[in-house]
Amino acid sequence: MSGGTSEYTIAPDGSFTAPLELFYPYKRTVGPTLSRFLTGLRDQRIEGTRGSDGRVHVPPAEFDPVTGDALTEWAPVRPVGTVLSWSWQPTPVDGNTLQHPFAWALITLDGADTAILHAVDSGSADAMSTGMRVAVRWADEPSGSITDIACFEPATDPEDAR
Amino acid sequence: MSEEVLRIRTPIGIHYQYSAGPHTSSHLLGLMDGKFIGRRCPSCHLVYMPPRNGTCAKCGVLLAEDVEVGPKGTITTFCIVNVPFLGQTIKIPYVAATILLDGADLGMQHLIQEVEAADVRMGMRVEPVWKPRDEWEPSLANVIYFRPTGEPDADFESFGGHL
Repeated sequence: MSGGTSEYTIAPDGSFTAPLELFYPYKRTVGPTLSRFLTGLRDQRIEGTRGSDGRVHVPPAEFDPVTGDALTEWAPVRPVGTVLSWSWQPTPVDGNTLQHPFAWALITLDGADTAILHAVDSGSADAMSTGMRVAVRWADEPSGSITDIACFEPATDPEDAR
Repeated sequence: MSEEVLRIRTPIGIHYQYSAGPHTSSHLLGLMDGKFIGRRCPSCHLVYMPPRNGTCAKCGVLLAEDVEVGPKGTITTFCIVNVPFLGQTIKIPYVAATILLDGADLGMQHLIQEVEAADVRMGMRVEPVWKPRDEWEPSLANVIYFRPTGEPDADFESFGGHL
């Protein structure tokens, strides 16, 4: 689906320029594993799947990375974790849940062995560091999607900050 | 809320700023003036309509000269659409055809109306029906559809090399 051509401009050399909006309103089913994960997020609960080697995957892996078997054992993790790596986003783009500068980070939640990619609202890049402790900020209006975690923020509770 | 989450919305969009380039631009300028403008390859003399940006697909040389083609043309191949789909605005069955405008060597796709789908045939002569002039934009959508001219069909030899 795309937009019209009504907002075109013609340069002095006669060449045309026009905005072109390409937009797909996709909707998809999530399957049993992500269904349980997203239903949990909606209820402010984070769970991962446990692999055959005992590792807990968050976000949940549908199949064991080692054996390929379907994973069905679940393990709860805490809404607090450690930044494994990060990258600063100085200019948010459409669709970002935060509309001011923020960090993208890989976060290993307490109780998990793999990292989840999400936004960290730290205020500035100077406040970001590998190994920093972050906590979930839940969305005001849950919708059953990854954005039910509005973002992470630097952990303030002394216990969470470790 | 106790119902399980079974699906998610994942809309995706891209904002392009599209620059048509010199070849397509002269074509679009022509459409604003009710003309079909193609471009001729200086080497093999094929007339591209709509003109490609850049080069002749056969010779690899830069397309040079603007050429006005049409407005009448010949249906080379066509398809009768019988299947309803989301967003369909035309009553089925209708005909989408490849039309070789007079003087052009590349067929273009457009809608055929004012004729029963069953009566459309290869070689049928057609002409464009334009929107009211004050609605013209730099777009092929200025032509609402093509309709039969009533002329005798074109000989297969005249378009058989352009299928």
